[in-house]
Amino acid sequence: MRGFIQIVRRDLHLALRQGMDSLMVVAFFVIAVVLFPFGVGPEPNTLARIAPGVIWVAALLSSMLSLERLFQTDFEDGSLELLALQPVALEITVMAKVSVHWLTTGLPLIIAAPLLAVLMNLPIEGFVPLIIALSLGTPALSLIGAIGAALILGSRRGGILLSLLVLPLYIPVLIFGVSAVDAVIGGFSAKPQLLILSGILVAALPLCPWAGAAAVRQGIE
Amino acid sequence: MPHFTGTDLVCFRGERTVFTGLDFALGAGDALVLRGPNGSGKSSLLRLMAGLSRPLAGAVTWDDESIADNPEAHNLRMHYIGHADPVKPVLTVTENLDFWTLLRSKANDELRQPNGVGEAIKSALARLGIGHLADVPGRFLSAGQKRRVNLARILAAPATLWLLDEPHTALDQAALRSLDDAIAEHRRGGGMVVISSHAQAAPEDADAIDLGQFQERL
Repeated sequence: MRGFIQIVRRDLHLALRQGMDSLMVVAFFVIAVVLFPFGVGPEPNTLARIAPGVIWVAALLSSMLSLERLFQTDFEDGSLELLALQPVALEITVMAKVSVHWLTTGLPLIIAAPLLAVLMNLPIEGFVPLIIALSLGTPALSLIGAIGAALILGSRRGGILLSLLVLPLYIPVLIFGVSAVDAVIGGFSAKPQLLILSGILVAALPLCPWAGAAAVRQGIE
Repeated sequence: MPHFTGTDLVCFRGERTVFTGLDFALGAGDALVLRGPNGSGKSSLLRLMAGLSRPLAGAVTWDDESIADNPEAHNLRMHYIGHADPVKPVLTVTENLDFWTLLRSKANDELRQPNGVGEAIKSALARLGIGHLADVPGRFLSAGQKRRVNLARILAAPATLWLLDEPHTALDQAALRSLDDAIAEHRRGGGMVVISSHAQAAPEDADAIDLGQFQERL
């Protein structure tokens, strides 16, 4: 546990000093969503209809944007090798890195989402389920993405490979995240969708650090 | 008395057998120098010893227990210096070392003292002659200074086994002397050192393995 906190502290420290990464993710999120009214026209009903999907897809893409760097910088300067040689289980190290990824990308996305929902004319009753679904979904995105980020270690053009590996795995989160919002707007309960999202998160919590650590071991060998 | 041994090691990398039938044994206070031409497997052997990779055959053991059985215990008693110096450009030298030392502080009484980590880092930096760089961000360091910071990392948190892969790279004369002193002192305290080096700089009374001998004859 101490090791976990130390690694989270160090990575947060690094993220704050470098600053730009998490800002860029949010900026990408905002711009990607803002493009849609230009693309499909400013008709309010159309925008309201596609709002949950657009926000979710943009959140998913921006979360993926920063995944490549999750292990890459540590891999390049030898820190990752050394992290694997510390008296901390590699699974814990991966979990700590995923936590920091979520804190620096997932959390800012959740904070920016209501603003974009206004922009997309999302009906007011959709706001709460959107936030809850994003809060359950974005940690799962970071966790699942960590496996991909670990698998691309040492490969050239890792970014494209990463999206091919990770995006298909994001589809369940996308489906249930969007349908949770749609259900509430349509007058139904979002409970089943939110329960499934929680289920995905609960399954990803132990499995992804474990698979990620195995992939990191492969990558540094 | 702890002992660190490897028996009948076969290393296979990139579709090629690097070495076969290699044995080594180290006891408290011993040093082992790995020699051999480029590509003969010095680094590969050190990575096997560290547990970063697994041998194709044979076993690396500590007190007759395979290091693969309990990697965390092996990590705690071992320091590894590879080709890269993991010094983060945006963190100061002290912040860099703080992180690595704190990760190992729970098993060490001296480091657990209030300010124990800070003191250990200060004295490690002083021993390598870079005390004045304590608050300098990593991006302003030269290659030799980064290497010294990396060496300060292993001095700050004591561990029995040092695995040093070409530790002399980029160091100047003064730093080479401090490294030799540090190694000698570490061995006097019962520590073990494995160094890969093609330079002459190596402890005189050390055992040597020439990896050139273990290459598979084709």
